[in-house]
Amino acid sequence: MSRIAIVDYGMGNIHSVRKALEAQGGDIFVSNDPALIAQADKVVLPGVGAFGDAMEELERQNLVSVLIEHILAGKVFLGICLGMHLLFDSSEESLGVKGLGILKGQVKKFDPRHNLKVPHMGWNQIKLRKPECPLFKTLPQHPAVYFCHSFYPEVRDREIIAASTEYGTDFASIIWRGNVFAMQFHPEKSQGVGLKIVENFVKML
Amino acid sequence: MLSKRIIPCLDIKEGRVVKGVQFLGLRDAGDPVEVAKAYDAQQADELVFLDITASYENRKTLIELVERIAQNIFMPFTVGGGISDVQDIRNLLNAGADKVSINTAAVKYPELITEAATKFGSQCIVVAIDAKRVQTDAVRHPGWQVYIHGGRTPTELDAVEWARQAAQLGAGEILLTSMDCDGTKDGYDTGLTKAVSDAVTIPVIASGGAGKLEHFYDVLTHAGADAALAASLFHYAELTVPQVKEFLQHKGVAIRYEKKA
Repeated sequence: MSRIAIVDYGMGNIHSVRKALEAQGGDIFVSNDPALIAQADKVVLPGVGAFGDAMEELERQNLVSVLIEHILAGKVFLGICLGMHLLFDSSEESLGVKGLGILKGQVKKFDPRHNLKVPHMGWNQIKLRKPECPLFKTLPQHPAVYFCHSFYPEVRDREIIAASTEYGTDFASIIWRGNVFAMQFHPEKSQGVGLKIVENFVKML
Repeated sequence: MLSKRIIPCLDIKEGRVVKGVQFLGLRDAGDPVEVAKAYDAQQADELVFLDITASYENRKTLIELVERIAQNIFMPFTVGGGISDVQDIRNLLNAGADKVSINTAAVKYPELITEAATKFGSQCIVVAIDAKRVQTDAVRHPGWQVYIHGGRTPTELDAVEWARQAAQLGAGEILLTSMDCDGTKDGYDTGLTKAVSDAVTIPVIASGGAGKLEHFYDVLTHAGADAALAASLFHYAELTVPQVKEFLQHKGVAIRYEKKA
């Protein structure tokens, strides 16, 4: 059984993420210790809050290099919500702050024109562009998941978009590039569909 | 397409559901976790827990309850009642609440909205507004006055203006309760809801007055609400969440609902 580390770097509560992973039978530990995280087979980076604050915390707690090394070693990584944004180069939310730079692109704010309410809050559908993505096993045909965000990554390489969602623009709701997975929504808050995705993540080899 | 949300609201006193909930098969209808699980199974889109005692001693009970809810249900929930400062908000979010709802404190200290939104993100800061229709002369538009302290104390604030200001200060959502309609089962205040919904670019949850299926339709379509909240209607199973969702889906409203076989 693979050991899954949830990175607790002080950006929002991680109870729900931990509970959801545990409920699917994952061997989970929560840590901000780079040495422990380095031993994990899979790493989950959750988070809510501001991009700049999050990068500052990751740097202050010496977590940047362990995350990058984990990914470069080809080990499975999952970023959730803000944890997805951090994979990119930068964000409009915190100009001048560099992200982890694993994926190319900038995080942008939704444009509240055309009666678009921001934050994008509530249940929306994900369109599966890469049905072969291992997270999608046995999902219903039109899965809806829970979103709660004002920013979204504008992905340079459209090929890595495994699922997209329509909200004013067609944005990347799930990213998949080899061992790197990331999602904009909260699987831990998305009832059956979310738990299925979590289960697929836990069971993935 | 983003779905409209159906949100049951639970009043909590000393860690228990007030008035109980008359569901089939609940072992303990006063236990918020049991009730939350039942609504989870019904595909409710979110839950709101309002602590109506909110005394100092009670905060610990509430925090423990929020932790227990977060450990048992995998859906978003908001906690409100008696929140007075950033520390209260931090405690609730750390315990597992997805959002907090601020009412009186936001009116008294509007800077709290900004401070909380900066620290925790707008998406988890809900400003709750209790509004009551005021008599205005025929020339002017209808107006709604903001009340605080659980509807006991009138303020000078106009509800639409206050909603606009709260959004500018950083609120991520407005939970709008019509005091005139609350408990009547005669329908939501669509005038109030539309006025607020038109005035802000953040989501608006309409509350107060749900009694029939059509009421949900009216407030979510004509009045522009993003979500509709109801309490006793659901608790006493006069209407169930699946009934409301099936009706709305049938009427062509964007709803997340999968009929169980």
